[in-house]
Amino acid sequence: MNTEIPGIILMFVAALALAIPLGKYIAKVYTQDKTWLDGIFGPVEKLFYRISGIDPTTEMNWKQHLVVMLTLNMVWFLLGMFVLMNQHWLPLNPDGNPGQSAHLAFNTSISFVVNCNLQHYSGESGVSYLSQLFLMFLQFVSAGIGMAAAAVLFTALKERTTDKLGNFYNFFLKSCTRILLPISLVVAVILVFNGTPMTLHGKDTIISLQGDTVQVSTGPAAAFVAIKHVGTNGGGFFGANAAHPFENPNYLTNITEMIAQLIIPFAIIFALGFFLKRRKFAWITFGVMTIGFLALVIPNIFMEANGNPAIAAMGIDMSSGAMEGKEVRFGAITSAFWSIVTTVISTGSVNSFHDSFMPLSGMNQLLAMMINCFYGGCGVGILNYFIFVILAVFISGLMVGRTPEFMGKKIEAREMKIAMIIALLHPFLILVGTALSTALPAYTSATLNNPGFHGFSEMLYEFTSSAANNGSGFEGLADNTPWWNISTGFVLILSRFLPIIGPIAIAGLLANKKYIPEGGGTLKTDTSTFGLMVLAVILLVAALAFFPALTLGPIAEYFSML
Amino acid sequence: MKNKNTTLFEKQLLNEALRQSFIKLDPRMMFRNPVMFAVEIGTAIMLIVCLWILSGENNQGSFGYNFVVFIVLLLTLLFANFAEAIAEARGKAQAESLRKTREETPAKKIFSVGEMYVNEIKVVPSSSLIKGDIFICEEGDIIPTDGEIIEGLATIDESAITGESAPVIREAGGDKSSVTGGTKVLSDKIKVQVTTEPGESFLDKMIALVEGASRQKTPNEIALTILLAGFTLVFIIVCVTLKPFADYANTPITIAAFISLFVCLIPTTIGGLLSAIGIAGMDRALRANVITKSGKAVETAGDIDVLLLDKTGTITIGNRKATHFYPATDVNEKAFIKSAALASMADETPEGKSIIELSHLKISDFIIATPTFIKFTAETRSSGIDFENTRIRKGATDAIRKLTERAGNIFPVEVEQKVNIISSNGGTPLVVCENEKVIGVIELQDIIKPGIQERFQRLRKMGIKTVMVTGDNPLTAKFIAEAAGVDDFIAEARPEDKMNYIKKEQSEGRLVAMMGDGTNDAPALAQADVGVAMNSGTQAAKEAGNMVDLDNDPTKLIEIVEIGKQLLMTRGTLTTFSIANDVAKYFAIIPALFIASIPALRPLNIMNLHSPESAILAAIIFNAIIIPLLIPLALKGVAYKPIGASALLRRNLLIYGLGGIIIPFAGIKIIDLFVSVFI
Repeated sequence: MNTEIPGIILMFVAALALAIPLGKYIAKVYTQDKTWLDGIFGPVEKLFYRISGIDPTTEMNWKQHLVVMLTLNMVWFLLGMFVLMNQHWLPLNPDGNPGQSAHLAFNTSISFVVNCNLQHYSGESGVSYLSQLFLMFLQFVSAGIGMAAAAVLFTALKERTTDKLGNFYNFFLKSCTRILLPISLVVAVILVFNGTPMTLHGKDTIISLQGDTVQVSTGPAAAFVAIKHVGTNGGGFFGANAAHPFENPNYLTNITEMIAQLIIPFAIIFALGFFLKRRKFAWITFGVMTIGFLALVIPNIFMEANGNPAIAAMGIDMSSGAMEGKEVRFGAITSAFWSIVTTVISTGSVNSFHDSFMPLSGMNQLLAMMINCFYGGCGVGILNYFIFVILAVFISGLMVGRTPEFMGKKIEAREMKIAMIIALLHPFLILVGTALSTALPAYTSATLNNPGFHGFSEMLYEFTSSAANNGSGFEGLADNTPWWNISTGFVLILSRFLPIIGPIAIAGLLANKKYIPEGGGTLKTDTSTFGLMVLAVILLVAALAFFPALTLGPIAEYFSML
Repeated sequence: MKNKNTTLFEKQLLNEALRQSFIKLDPRMMFRNPVMFAVEIGTAIMLIVCLWILSGENNQGSFGYNFVVFIVLLLTLLFANFAEAIAEARGKAQAESLRKTREETPAKKIFSVGEMYVNEIKVVPSSSLIKGDIFICEEGDIIPTDGEIIEGLATIDESAITGESAPVIREAGGDKSSVTGGTKVLSDKIKVQVTTEPGESFLDKMIALVEGASRQKTPNEIALTILLAGFTLVFIIVCVTLKPFADYANTPITIAAFISLFVCLIPTTIGGLLSAIGIAGMDRALRANVITKSGKAVETAGDIDVLLLDKTGTITIGNRKATHFYPATDVNEKAFIKSAALASMADETPEGKSIIELSHLKISDFIIATPTFIKFTAETRSSGIDFENTRIRKGATDAIRKLTERAGNIFPVEVEQKVNIISSNGGTPLVVCENEKVIGVIELQDIIKPGIQERFQRLRKMGIKTVMVTGDNPLTAKFIAEAAGVDDFIAEARPEDKMNYIKKEQSEGRLVAMMGDGTNDAPALAQADVGVAMNSGTQAAKEAGNMVDLDNDPTKLIEIVEIGKQLLMTRGTLTTFSIANDVAKYFAIIPALFIASIPALRPLNIMNLHSPESAILAAIIFNAIIIPLLIPLALKGVAYKPIGASALLRRNLLIYGLGGIIIPFAGIKIIDLFVSVFI
């Protein structure tokens, strides 16, 4: 207990300390400055570019960027479907796992392409090693896509008027090779030395203390677990995700994985500051996100540390907190911290069962994903935040008697339309998905682990997690059914690509506009007042859209428990 | 006119506005405003529910309760319509009172016979005058309509329009040739050509704009409507999905409750007041005696970065006066003064007259055979007189220098020094030459208007750069610019300099406003983002600008900028207020929806409202009456304070954001206490 709080503070501070220089480095990568890794990857990239006939120096406008992005994703999705459905006869299947059904393969392939990793299967029995390796590839490239999209945004926000916004292939490949790969390598090495398996052999056999023979799944887990966190993917190699002793053997690996998932979402904020030379704006952004994060994580720590009053009433000791669904090697507080980190940034890897958290802790996990822009996923977090900045700029610009502008560009009807659609999309997908699930008990009632309010939360969580491209589950749900696979599959596609297309389109439109130098009457966006405004807009939109749903889920459950 | 304070709700206006509130219920008109249109649909549904209950349905609550909900929603609509109607009525009344003065005044129209205009004058009603007609006005006549003097000069009392009692002189040619209908000729006789078709004067255009016939949404209004429509959509999603959620939780919700929740949540406050705010902006401009040609112009005024101001009349009082004669060495002082006076004989400008005055000579004493007067032009920038073998010119230093040097004469060094001394003291040197030889300098002095420094200070705090435009040489201009506290100046300005300056600022992304009166200002007025033409100016200038100032007051630009800022701020703050209100409304309605089925949710009823029905009624009643309560604010506008953008944002966030969260909690609780008496 006493060491738990310093432990989580250490993780947060260490991630921040690493993120600032990393942000500087990322900005350098995207400004095309030379980095020390060019010597290693440069020649390989050149070879690839020559074979494919791509010129990485051709600048693209925002539409061309989006075409490339969508085409790449389409190819990966189809490849993924093929591998997953045919894994039983493809090589690298030592455990002899069967091929996936079409609807499961659809869901799995999409969810890895979109950086969500909503897994409706267990890694031990649901996929072969070849599939795991292909999914690992998707974890790299989907994170790379998100970061490349952020790079396009950065380029568009520069103080100039242009439609040339860099080259997508270049941003994408550099994100993978210069940023994701080296960090993942370091993380994987730490994991291997702490006991995470890295092998292509099939199941191991051990004899337990009781003398029973036990089959233990292994595989190339260390590499997989590394990128799953660094790329904020969150899909577990094993079904139990980061609660599994092979994925997350001890407290040190827990620290490593925590820092690994925080570091890029943090760094990308500072990268924006370095790239645009607006470091104060970056710090204000980080501040706003951190306030939001703390507002979610602190109550959770309290609630989990205090334990469950209903169980305490039965005379069971709650001094170590609410431990149902949590690992003893991590403890209640660390798990509570992880549960919010993994939901604010869209990792979705879990080291405890979110289904077992206190009702309002569950609500905070839901809120973290409903807001989806406190840090947010790899690259895409800042895109989501950008939408709220546009809305905040518009309202606050009016409040000071000036038509709104951001970074020297006027925000007009067209930008507002796009921003509003994107802001609407998230509640739309979550609420409509959940509403359909409640309205169609024929498909859903048998899959719920709990009836009543908690069952409602399970469905709400499933769609929230899909729409936030988070991928964690309120694991009570039996979700490998055509209904869940297909409905969440479509939610995943829409909630991934529209929130990339929207901000990129706005950025592209803004980049084309005349640059207006800051004057005395301009509303500065790098002040704490403006930060507060953004925070207010974010919280208000989330509260207004989700209050009724949360009332019928976790809030009703909480008050019923009292 | 100027000091006439129309109270907010005059009886006649109220009646008209009430009538309009019902007319505006027409769905075709409502459709323009998505938020209020959604409320109208809700109201219609409630009407159907009421009828349904009357025909025997008994799961939707009592008829009385449903009927009250219907009435409150209808009132919400009427209040919103009333806000728009009262703003329109006020604007119209304001403009009508201006227009009335010129209707049905007798006009002495000149009828042409053949190719010639003979003085065949008939008195016709002013309304029959069409563009191109010519009429005459004599002492005591009211000028029947807007026009341009083509012959003669007259003193005119414009107090009916401007409220300024001092008469002004208007004459043919030049920049002061325009006359306005409704003003009165005090002396002399003028021949005037009608410049507008009946019903097409600026006032007519403005009235049409206010009435809504030709009112278009401004870009900013469109963007805001998108935001509001977006919020409306969010709440449609919330309310529609709530139905299956509630069914899952076995909580039946009545239609009345659904509609109430929806209407309360969508931003009806700003939705209902939005068009009233826009119209009120134009009204306020009109109150400041500025006619705007579009709502967009007022909005743009709030965004202005650069203000181009003429020195004369804006920064300095009226005109310069001659204060000293400095003859060149070896020129006799008396001879120099006489030459200077001769050169100014035909000069009707106040500067010219002041030279004669200072010379203490009588023009009538001069006996000159066949004089030719050389008029001042913007190109030569000198004027003078030719007679016998003498050519006298006075003008700007560089113009005279060019003239003398071209003739092979040297510009004397001591005159040069004198010129510099005068300039750096803020005076204007006027160099005089006779037969292309410099004979001396006349010093003219400017007087800076008292209080102008403070106004520029205020503009600087608003983030607006002020630029003084003057024909003076750079040294003089600099002195006055510094003394007055403007940020920049254009010296020795020719019309195209203004234009170039505006283009340059615009190419750097800034918005420029300027004021002008002359025909040669017209291109610049058209180029500027906000061009304010003086009513006394030429027709061309008035056509080119997007506002006309009836007072001919050059400092009016400052007021216009503030009106524009107020307009935007009123929109922004009421949007914030409207959305912030939703927090309290949620806490009123959500518990009301669920408490009956899920008693555990009772602690959510933090306002401790009496019953589900009273809570819902309190919320929708609050939602309705907040609209009329805010009409005065919408019409007057939120006060603008030049304290810097961030400080302003903080202030407005505190008042309208935090206030918007807190006030409805109190309001709904009070209404609930009242309503619960009846339930």
